[in-house]
Amino acid sequence: MLGYTITQWLFGILSFLAIMFGLMVVFSRNPVNSVLYLVMTFFCIAGHYLLLNAQFLAVVHIVVYAGAIMVLFLFVIMLMNLNEDTEPQRTWLSKIIAAVAGGMLLFVLVGSLKGAGQLGIAQHGSSQIGLVKNLGRVLFTEFLFPFEIASILLLAALVGSIMIGKKEIN
Amino acid sequence: MISLLIYKGILCVAVFAFSLGVAAYSTWWERKFASFLQDRVGPDRAGPFGLLQPLADGGKMFFKEEIIPNVSNRFLFILGPSLFMLTSLMTGAVIPWGPDVIIGGKTYAFQVTDINIGILYLFGVVGIGVYGIMIGGWASNNKYALLGAIRASSQMISYEVAMGISVIALIITAGGTLSLREILAQQDAGVCNFVYQPLGFLIFFVCALAETNRAPFDLPECESELVGGYHTEYSSMKLGLFLFAEYTNMFISSAIMAGFYFGGYNFPFAHEFYNAIGLQEGSWLIALIGFGAYFTKIFIFICVFMWIRWTLPRFRYDQLMNLGWKVLLPLSLLNLALTVVVEYFRGNIHF
Repeated sequence: MLGYTITQWLFGILSFLAIMFGLMVVFSRNPVNSVLYLVMTFFCIAGHYLLLNAQFLAVVHIVVYAGAIMVLFLFVIMLMNLNEDTEPQRTWLSKIIAAVAGGMLLFVLVGSLKGAGQLGIAQHGSSQIGLVKNLGRVLFTEFLFPFEIASILLLAALVGSIMIGKKEIN
Repeated sequence: MISLLIYKGILCVAVFAFSLGVAAYSTWWERKFASFLQDRVGPDRAGPFGLLQPLADGGKMFFKEEIIPNVSNRFLFILGPSLFMLTSLMTGAVIPWGPDVIIGGKTYAFQVTDINIGILYLFGVVGIGVYGIMIGGWASNNKYALLGAIRASSQMISYEVAMGISVIALIITAGGTLSLREILAQQDAGVCNFVYQPLGFLIFFVCALAETNRAPFDLPECESELVGGYHTEYSSMKLGLFLFAEYTNMFISSAIMAGFYFGGYNFPFAHEFYNAIGLQEGSWLIALIGFGAYFTKIFIFICVFMWIRWTLPRFRYDQLMNLGWKVLLPLSLLNLALTVVVEYFRGNIHF
């Protein structure tokens, strides 16, 4: 089809949808709509994982991000009952400052990506590399140390959130 | 290729129709069951034994006035029940409903799709399902509906944790596979997983009750506090979809429990039985008998769901949260640790 393979078509469509939903997250006035667009963005990113033969990562991405974290986001936003009327009005000064800061961040990101060149996305191995068994084997042998460091980071975050959430005794 | 597509298409429609049919007749059976427990007759006007009652209810739902609140978000208001129904029907795709049939050297699986991460797929779909209730409850623009939606989401998230950990223990027992087909197949002619995972099954069962919003965990629609909970503002078939999806969820979770812990389409001495009546492996009659065995188990689970609903009173909200986080979560972690130790001595785990 027009000189592109099906994978390339899928990549194009998914990327377009992901960027479109990403923009909708920023532009929609209602925070609940923003959260729902963010969920759609996560689905598109899960599609990208599937294209990279990472089935496990794709499903876990949906279970954890779309199924748990975004539900909590929605939960908090619904509890606070934010909408267009109660949204705090921002002054022009703060808007300009935010735009400049965001633009500089974009500049840095684009610059660093340009210098990195083509990222060597794992073309090695077979299409089976994303299966749970193979992923687990790699994770617990080759990448054991980063894996454990990440789990300690999560543990620290857990303990911290419990400390903050705990009721003050006397 | 084309014949495979046609076959899968027919199977999709069959599973879809079957889930809906079972859900429809679950509503009838629920009323009959309740009337039996309360020493009443139950519905008996429409057709013999009231068998046409689900059709009458469905027809009534379709012809009711459709009300969409003026100040609600119209799109999300309609999206809520649709999403809830969609996700409850999507789970049926990965369940193997019976043994394979071999016709003319070709194997036809009794399962729409066998993905190697079937269990994770189930969890993903269940996790998305809560959006239906949340969006519907929020878009109603009603305080009671919002409270119901918030309760539903926090309840689902809390019980998914214990459920996930009890399933991890099951996966270890089943030899580390995430495919539902393999989990059911390895219980063939062996012992069902319940023997190795009695505590895991109990945790899974309680969590399944909570995930399907059935009594005693039906706090999202608690009528004594919240009028109608998340579906207060709904009428007509959109309300019908919410109520109907609950029965589909109940059917699917019964199927999952019967498959995970009680062998699904396998039953004791199945092969001896097939040999005794002279059936070849792969015959369509075997598939039919296997499916019958599976459905019997599912039916028993549905009856237990109903029995519990008409026996136990509703929990209080703090009791629900305490049960989830302080009882079921530690129990499931204990179950996981015990499973690892036992499986190590059985020689199924190697370091």
